[in-house]
Amino acid sequence: MSESISSRSIHSSSRLQGESLTVGYDAAPILNDVDFQVPDGQVTILVGPNGSGKSTLLKALARILTPTEGQVLLDGQDIHRSKTREVAKKLGLLPQGPVAPEGLTVRELVAQGRFPHQSLLRQWSSEDERAVNDAMTVAKVIDFADRPVDGLSGGQRQRCWIAMVLAQQTDLVLLDEPTTFLDLKVQVDLMELLVQLAHQMGRTLVVVLHELNLAAAYADTLVMLRDGAIMQWGAPSDVFTSANLKAVFDLDAHVIRDPHSKRLICVPTSAPEPAQHVEVGVRIA
Amino acid sequence: MTTQASHNAMSSSTADSASGAWLAYSAGLPVMVGVLAVMFGWHIAVGAKSLPLSTVLNALVQYDPTLFDHMIIRDLRLPRAIIAVLVGAALSVAGALMQGVTRNPLAEPGILGLMAGASFAVVMAIGVFQTVPTVWLPWVAAFGAMVTAVVVWLIAQWAPGGATPLTLTLAGAAITAFLGALISVAHLLNQETFEQLRVWLAGSLSGRRVDVLSVAAPWLCLALGLAMVLSRKVTVLAMGDDVARGLGVRTGWLKVQVLLCVVVLTACSVALAGPLGFVGLVIPHVVRLFIGSDYRWIVPYSALVGAAYLLGVDIIARLALRPQEIATGIMTAMVGAPLFIHLVRQRAS
Repeated sequence: MSESISSRSIHSSSRLQGESLTVGYDAAPILNDVDFQVPDGQVTILVGPNGSGKSTLLKALARILTPTEGQVLLDGQDIHRSKTREVAKKLGLLPQGPVAPEGLTVRELVAQGRFPHQSLLRQWSSEDERAVNDAMTVAKVIDFADRPVDGLSGGQRQRCWIAMVLAQQTDLVLLDEPTTFLDLKVQVDLMELLVQLAHQMGRTLVVVLHELNLAAAYADTLVMLRDGAIMQWGAPSDVFTSANLKAVFDLDAHVIRDPHSKRLICVPTSAPEPAQHVEVGVRIA
Repeated sequence: MTTQASHNAMSSSTADSASGAWLAYSAGLPVMVGVLAVMFGWHIAVGAKSLPLSTVLNALVQYDPTLFDHMIIRDLRLPRAIIAVLVGAALSVAGALMQGVTRNPLAEPGILGLMAGASFAVVMAIGVFQTVPTVWLPWVAAFGAMVTAVVVWLIAQWAPGGATPLTLTLAGAAITAFLGALISVAHLLNQETFEQLRVWLAGSLSGRRVDVLSVAAPWLCLALGLAMVLSRKVTVLAMGDDVARGLGVRTGWLKVQVLLCVVVLTACSVALAGPLGFVGLVIPHVVRLFIGSDYRWIVPYSALVGAAYLLGVDIIARLALRPQEIATGIMTAMVGAPLFIHLVRQRAS
C-alpha cells in the first residue's frame, strides 16, 4: 500500500471524497468501508473484476446510491444531504449504457445538460446556447447536431452523451464504462478526448473502465478494486504490475512497456484466459 | 396539417436550428389554438338540428334566453363541447406523461390499468349505493385510479427485474382484463342498474354531466398546468433515471408528482366521459412524429391536438348515423386507428 500513500501525499487537493463508505445490504455489502479521495484535475480510472464494486463506488460518489455508512463529501459538504441541483452544477455523471429517447436530436440531447442551470423563471439563455455549442465542438458532434441520436453509430452516440455532460459545465465528471461495446479505435478516441478534458481544461474525471490496457495507458491515477475494497491505488507505473494483476484480477499476465509510447501493456500468459471475455457478457455492476 | 407546416419550417432553418425549431414550435401553438376554436364552433353547430355558425357565435357572445336555439347551445351543446376539449386534452397529456416517465411507448391510462380502475370504482359505487351524487364521481374515479396505479406498480415491482416498462405493461394489461371481467360479472348480476351505465362504459360524451363538469374542470385545468410545469423534467427523466439524477432531478418525487397528475387527469376524464381508449395512446405519438422528443412541446401540443381530435371524432359520432349517435368511445378508435396507421406509414417512407 506504499504506492497509495504516496499518491495521497502528492495530490493534496481533492474536492470529492468518500469517507469510510459502505454500500449495499448488511449481510453482503458491495463496498466495505472504503476511503477514497479523487485527485483534482486528473483522470482517475477505476478497474476491478466484476462485482468488485467499482461501479458501485462511482454511483455512491455521484449520489445515485446512498451509502449505509460513511459519507461522500463534495467541497466539504455531504453530497447526499446537499440540494441535488446544486450538486449537479459541480458534478456530472454519465451512467453506463444510456439510451436517448427515440427521435431526440443531438442538440436537444446536449441541451439537457443545461438542466441544473435553469429554472422555471430562468429559461434558455445565450449562455446555455454557448455552453451547448462549445460542448458539441469539443466532443466533435457539432457536424451532426440536428440528426436524431438513435440514428448514429455507437461511438458517435457516446460522444453525444459526453457532450451532454460537458454542457453541464461541471468541474467533476464521473463516467461509468463509457467505452464498453465500442470499437477499439473509437475507445481510443474517447479516452484521448477525456484526457484532453482533464489536462487541458482542468476537469476532474473519474472513469470506470473494463479494458485494462486502456486504463493503464490513460490513467493519471489507477485504482484497483476487489471484493468491495480498494486494493491498489497510484500511478500506473507503480500499480500496474504483474503481481497486482494476479492479486486483484487473478490474472496471469506479463506487464511490458511499449517501446514507442512508453505505455504499460499487460499480456495474458496462461493459455487462453477466458474469464475476461466471458464476464463482459454477464456484467452485473 | 398545421403541425406539418411548422415541421417543414423547422427543417428549412439550418443556420440556427435550435432557435429556429423553437420559433416554429411556438408559432404552431396559436395556429393549433385557432384550429381548435374552429372545431369547437363546428362541434356546437352540428347535431340533431344543424345550426349556422353565426347562431353559435351569437349564443356564445350575446346569449338570448328567449331563443330556443340559444338554449340548445348553452345548455346542451356547449357543455358537451367543453367536455370533449377537456377530456381530449387530459387523456392525451396523461398518455404523454406516462410514456415519458415509464419510457414505454405503449403507456397510457387505458393500458396501465388506471382507466379500468377508475371505471371499476364508479361501477361499484353505483352498484352498491344505487345512486351516487354526480359531484362525487370524479373522486370515486380518482380513488379507483390511484389504487389501481399502486397495485399495478406493486405487481410490476414484485416481478423479477422490478418495475420495468415491460412488467408495468403486463401488470396493467392483466389488471385491466381482471377488472373488466369483474365489471361484466356485476353487469350480469344486476342488469337493471347497469343498463344505465352501458353507454357510459362504452365511452360517451352524451351524458351532458354539467354538474360533474363544474367539479372536474378546475381539477383538470390544475393538472394540465402541473403537467406543463413538470414537462421539462419529464424530458430529462425520459433519458433514464441515473442520467436524470446526475442532472439534479429528484426522480422519486417527480414520479409521485406525475402519478398524481395522471390520476387526476384520468379520473376526471372517466367521470366525464367514461373510459375513452386510444386517445391517450395515439395522440402523443402523432405529436411526437412532428414535434420530436421534448416534453415542453409534446405536452401542450398533445393537449391541443387531443382536444381537437376528440371534438372531431364526436362530430363524426353524431353525424354518421344521424339522428342516432354512435358512442364516442367506439369512434375514437374507429377513426383513429386508420389515421394513425396512415401517419406512421407516411412518415416511414
